[in-house]
Amino acid sequence: MVDFIEIFVERVVHFIENVVQPHFNYWSYVVLMMIGLWGLIAKRNLIKKLIGLSIFQTAIILFYVSLGVKADATIPVFDYEAEKSKSAAVVLPAEPSEMGGKSDGKYKKIDPDHYANPLPHVLMLTAIVVGVATLGVALAVAQSIFKDFGTLEEHEILEKIKTGDYVKHD
Amino acid sequence: MIDQLPVICVLSPLFGALFVALFGSRSHSACFPIAIVSLVISLICAIGCTQQVFTTGQAMDYFVGGWGAGKVVEGVEIPLGFGIQLRVDHLNALVLCIIGIAVLLVSIFAIRPQGEKDTEKTHYFYSLFLMLACGLFGQTITRDAFNLFVLVEVSSLASYGLIAMGSSPRGTVAAFNYIIMGTVGASFYLLGVGYLYLKTGTLNMDGIRQVIELSPDVADSRSVMVAFILIMLGMWIKMAFFPLYGWLPNAYSYCPSSAGAVLAPLMTKVSVYVMIRMMITVFGLEWVFESFDWSALIVWLAVIAIFAGSVFALAQNELKKMLCYLIVAEVGYMVGGAWLADADRWGLTGAIYHILADALMTLCLFLAVATFAKRAGVIKLDDLDGLFKKMPLTMVGFIVGALAMIGVPPTCGFFSKFYLIRGGIESGRWEFVIALLVSSLVNAILFFRIFEIAYFGSSPPEGHGHHDDEEHGETTARRGLEAPLTSLVPLWITAALIIGLGLMNGQVVEFIRKTVGLLGGGAA
Repeated sequence: MVDFIEIFVERVVHFIENVVQPHFNYWSYVVLMMIGLWGLIAKRNLIKKLIGLSIFQTAIILFYVSLGVKADATIPVFDYEAEKSKSAAVVLPAEPSEMGGKSDGKYKKIDPDHYANPLPHVLMLTAIVVGVATLGVALAVAQSIFKDFGTLEEHEILEKIKTGDYVKHD
Repeated sequence: MIDQLPVICVLSPLFGALFVALFGSRSHSACFPIAIVSLVISLICAIGCTQQVFTTGQAMDYFVGGWGAGKVVEGVEIPLGFGIQLRVDHLNALVLCIIGIAVLLVSIFAIRPQGEKDTEKTHYFYSLFLMLACGLFGQTITRDAFNLFVLVEVSSLASYGLIAMGSSPRGTVAAFNYIIMGTVGASFYLLGVGYLYLKTGTLNMDGIRQVIELSPDVADSRSVMVAFILIMLGMWIKMAFFPLYGWLPNAYSYCPSSAGAVLAPLMTKVSVYVMIRMMITVFGLEWVFESFDWSALIVWLAVIAIFAGSVFALAQNELKKMLCYLIVAEVGYMVGGAWLADADRWGLTGAIYHILADALMTLCLFLAVATFAKRAGVIKLDDLDGLFKKMPLTMVGFIVGALAMIGVPPTCGFFSKFYLIRGGIESGRWEFVIALLVSSLVNAILFFRIFEIAYFGSSPPEGHGHHDDEEHGETTARRGLEAPLTSLVPLWITAALIIGLGLMNGQVVEFIRKTVGLLGGGAA
């Protein structure tokens, strides 16, 4: 029995070190996404479903944000001083042609490795806005359901639809 | 000016929505002219683009903000995929026209007769309606995979609002379920695009395909496969493909009639278009059918979808729900047709043609059913009793739509089935051919049952049933039931287009096949 536990723990540690750790961002987003999906499927309360939906969307946002991240990279705003201090050995004085003929000699050649990829982050600003809009519409609909049915529990709503016990607007 | 047409097509309803929201709250009479003007502008742009593509044989490009490929800024050439590209080609030109026609007709249909209540919602309705049009045009025209996601969500959010606007509380519950399912679908799509971006480093559809074609590493990688599965799953949820159709029937049958008349024909069809666009332009047909051969499985799913949709439709006794289940079956036609791997791509051609045909057929039927519901309070099949006599002019439109759904020759429904069956035979997928034929039979049973109830009825209508009643029009009650011109004209135009598209099928298919031949690697 003790042997079994030891082997099991060893396997788990091996799995975490070799499989989970190198792709930690993917694992975390998948776990979050599954939590959100579980909330969507298993929860009966409409508001809890919406919380699940939010977690689901946030997991995808997290995935995108992790795409743009690089080790030792900074925000993608070109800063002459930061560029100079970071790695003077690598960065060479810029030739005018490298800057498209516009260089005044002050700028250095830009090393893209020093900057995080801004595109996924920018995309996620849009996706967050979309998510907020969806949540807003969903909450408004949930409120209107509550007004008509007097409850937010899914099974009670289905029961009331069957019996016809709800506010009719005709 | 001609170069600007693609973007005006999308922007016009967007600004229209803004103006309706601004001015419509003060005077409701301002809503309708604004909506009509903006939708007419869109339709003219769509037709102009189609004309341009037809005469030049080339796709029309527009780069938002002028960030076009090949443009030189400060000595650096901008690569493809820097800006958002809008492109009208042979595949989406006609889809744009159909969207333009459908939204315009439904906006005319949606005019409330004078003195009807519930006008405090009018400007909200038109505002959402125009946003829906904007999203539909946008997702058809865009060439940027992420931009597509945003526009899919624009149209979906508008449709959630439109469905929830109805007076039936059941519609609100259906809208909630649709929000959950629709958002999960869009999120899957977004995730798929993330994987594609991770692997190819671009969001431009042509850029992605070039990377997949040029680099075997990328093409064989698991990330691209996962991306493809996620994108397909997302779109299948949005289009209500068989196992994922649960949200559709309630959402489309309990929403306001005019909203249903625009959502049912367009939302699912545009999602099918997006799926075909993904297969042709983003992944390339070669990759889809050779590296990732799931054609067998998906055609079987489509066969099940067709059978299930038909059987459920037979079991319904509510008119709208019956049509909703028919949509589920029709989605099966299109997905199955697109996945038939015949060498000449007749299945794919049939699927694209069926997008156009089915949009018109569904529009026609939903307009007619909405008119029945409005004027005669028809909800169940039995309520149709004797309606032929009471509303002969509306019934004519309904019959054309029904015959097209069955697949009677001069209508477009016959020709789309013809091409789909040809694809099925050439690829040796007999189960798909059988499903199509059985589904046509079921449609025939469904609609002839309706004709029987409506024409012969169990209880004859009051008054004397002479055939010259229509000419005299003596009974005021009978005249009172017939729909106003704002309902009849859109219905008749749709019916005429159904027959027109059927008669023009040779030219339309030739036009469509240019895309399939150009990009698919199959025979032109």
